[in-house]
Amino acid sequence: MKILVCISKTPDTTAKIAFTDNNTKFAQDNVQWIINPYDEWYALVRAIELKEKDPSTVLHLINVGGADAEPVIRKALALGGDEAIRVNTTSTDSFYIASQIAEVARQGNYDLIFTGKETIDFNGSSIGGMVAELLDMPYVSLAIKFELNGTTATITREIEGGEEICEVNLPVVVSCQKGMAEQRIPNMKGIMGARTKPLKVLEPVAADTLTTVSSFGLPPAKAGVKLIPAENAADLVRLLHEEAKII
Amino acid sequence: MVLVFIDQADGHVKKASYEVLSYGAKVAEQLGTTAEGVVLGAVPADQLAALGKYGVKKIHHVANDALNHFDAQVFTKVIAQVAQAAGSKVIIFSNNVDGKAIAPRLAARLRAGLVPGAVALPETANGFMVKKNVFSGKAFATYTINSDIKIISLNPNSYQVTEGSGTAEVAPFNATVDAPKVKIKAVNKASGEVPLSEAEVVVSGGRGLKGPDNWALIENLAHALGAATACSRPVADEHWRPHHEHVGQTGLTIAPNLYIAVGISGAIQHLAGVNRSKVIVVINKDPEAPFFKAADYGIVGDAFEVIPKITEAVKKLKGMA
Ligand SMILES: Cc1cc2nc3c(=O)[nH]c(=O)nc-3n(C[C@H](O)[C@H](O)[C@H](O)COP(=O)(O)OP(=O)(O)OC[C@H]3O[C@@H](n4cnc5c(N)ncnc54)[C@H](O)[C@@H]3O)c2cc1C
Ligand SMILES: Nc1ncnc2c1ncn2[C@@H]1O[C@H](COP(=O)(O)O)[C@@H](O)[C@H]1O
Repeated sequence: MKILVCISKTPDTTAKIAFTDNNTKFAQDNVQWIINPYDEWYALVRAIELKEKDPSTVLHLINVGGADAEPVIRKALALGGDEAIRVNTTSTDSFYIASQIAEVARQGNYDLIFTGKETIDFNGSSIGGMVAELLDMPYVSLAIKFELNGTTATITREIEGGEEICEVNLPVVVSCQKGMAEQRIPNMKGIMGARTKPLKVLEPVAADTLTTVSSFGLPPAKAGVKLIPAENAADLVRLLHEEAKII
Repeated sequence: MVLVFIDQADGHVKKASYEVLSYGAKVAEQLGTTAEGVVLGAVPADQLAALGKYGVKKIHHVANDALNHFDAQVFTKVIAQVAQAAGSKVIIFSNNVDGKAIAPRLAARLRAGLVPGAVALPETANGFMVKKNVFSGKAFATYTINSDIKIISLNPNSYQVTEGSGTAEVAPFNATVDAPKVKIKAVNKASGEVPLSEAEVVVSGGRGLKGPDNWALIENLAHALGAATACSRPVADEHWRPHHEHVGQTGLTIAPNLYIAVGISGAIQHLAGVNRSKVIVVINKDPEAPFFKAADYGIVGDAFEVIPKITEAVKKLKGMA
């Protein structure tokens, strides 16, 4: 059994969002970088649990990114996993990134590929689907539960207003969200061990860049809150009806 | 030609599909071309023809039984066949659950640039640029699509449905349909409730409600408003509410017309999931709660006293009391 977990690096959830260079670049000063929460808490931890249950499992992590992603990759290795692969490029195009992951996946013959639901900076929710298509594998998105029985996976995924339970034979690509696993804190042994785990750097394969970011912007500031005294709570309903015209 | 994927469940066209139809028709107008729709699975023919009201001339209908259940891999191959046969240059999805599974697959299959989570019409005067939300709603980015075929996945509740008149021609499409590899075993849907991702009004509760037994407060108000219910992350973590109600950075991102937050402090991770709501109402007993900074209307007060008053007033307004 071989599992590949896709790990991306994102700004901390409380990072100040600002742009430089005439609104074409994210302002990185003072930004703390973390493992994308969906990748860490759900995809990686669930994969680690599968390996704990079946120690013969081989668990690899992959990141497509520059050398500046290495501290985040080591942090992921401190949680678990046998080795990490970094494909050395700074492209932000989803198709280009997915092509790199698909190539590594093809070479490594993985049975199971986990991604996060989405990156919290790009909010694409698209790498998993692209990788699955490039590998002609089934894709189960927005998974909240994952159980393995031999080579058959039973997966619960989110649908509008509820959930769906499905069954699929490996190999499969799964995008993971809340419910898959509980967040873990790396222990000292993990942190020490991560330093000596292999982190292979590969050069990217040729692939198309289908999109580019032209500019960034911030939403307009709110006008400010209109406060209604608690005694006149019913007034809120009148304002929503007459002023905001929303109910 | 602009092709719009019309998402359906159990033979009913989803609300998000009307948004993408209206959006697609406008994009087509902008490009000086026509919009057509594609529907997979069984939907009554009159319902399909009626989609003409939203500006599409033709609906390609692939009514194969194997398509009554969703499988991203199978759906992608079918849509690709329709897109190729019809010569579609722009393909539009809703960025809902199904759209998030198919649009990226189709993008990879057709080598088409994808902008997921678009919030506005493309700018086509100079290249093809699409604005999307990034940083969980805290900012937006304008993407340029460089490929010949372009795919846009529109965020739910970001485009006004425009209803006109007219009927669409319904054209059966004979596609090669693979057997799905994903087998659906069970579907658990809370019946009768408004799905959170499609709701226009959402009433949401936080830790300020003290415990699951107090949720009638939220539910009664939601019921009076015809709203969906949501919650903050700790509420779901403590199993006061089902996890699919959790909104925020690590939960669902929603953009209803009205979001009413009760007993929620307004942490930045919570705001990330709701800050695209058109109007935000905050009810919190702490005047310093950060949520008030993001609110349009606010009441500083005890939810247990304030909410029943609001519920009564809503019922009165709607003639329910
Ligand atoms: C990486 C990361 C991701 C996260 N993702 C999310 C996410 O997706 N969604 C999310 O919600 N959180 C998320 N969080 C957690 C977030 O930081 C907050 O801890 C959480 O949103 C707080 O929930 P709350 O407002 O319900 O509770 P609290 O912060 O405890 O606030 C309760 C509020 O209720 C008010 N209150 C108390 N009693 C009453 C009363 N009787 N009447 C009226 N008001 C009352 C209080 O004044 C207070 O403001 C995340 C955190 C991290 C670190
Ligand atoms: N540069 C990257 N390297 C490795 N995995 C990535 C990268 N970008 C995204 N992913 C994975 O794909 C998921 C979805 O990302 P996105 O489509 O960008 O929202 C993330 O949660 C990661 O698991």
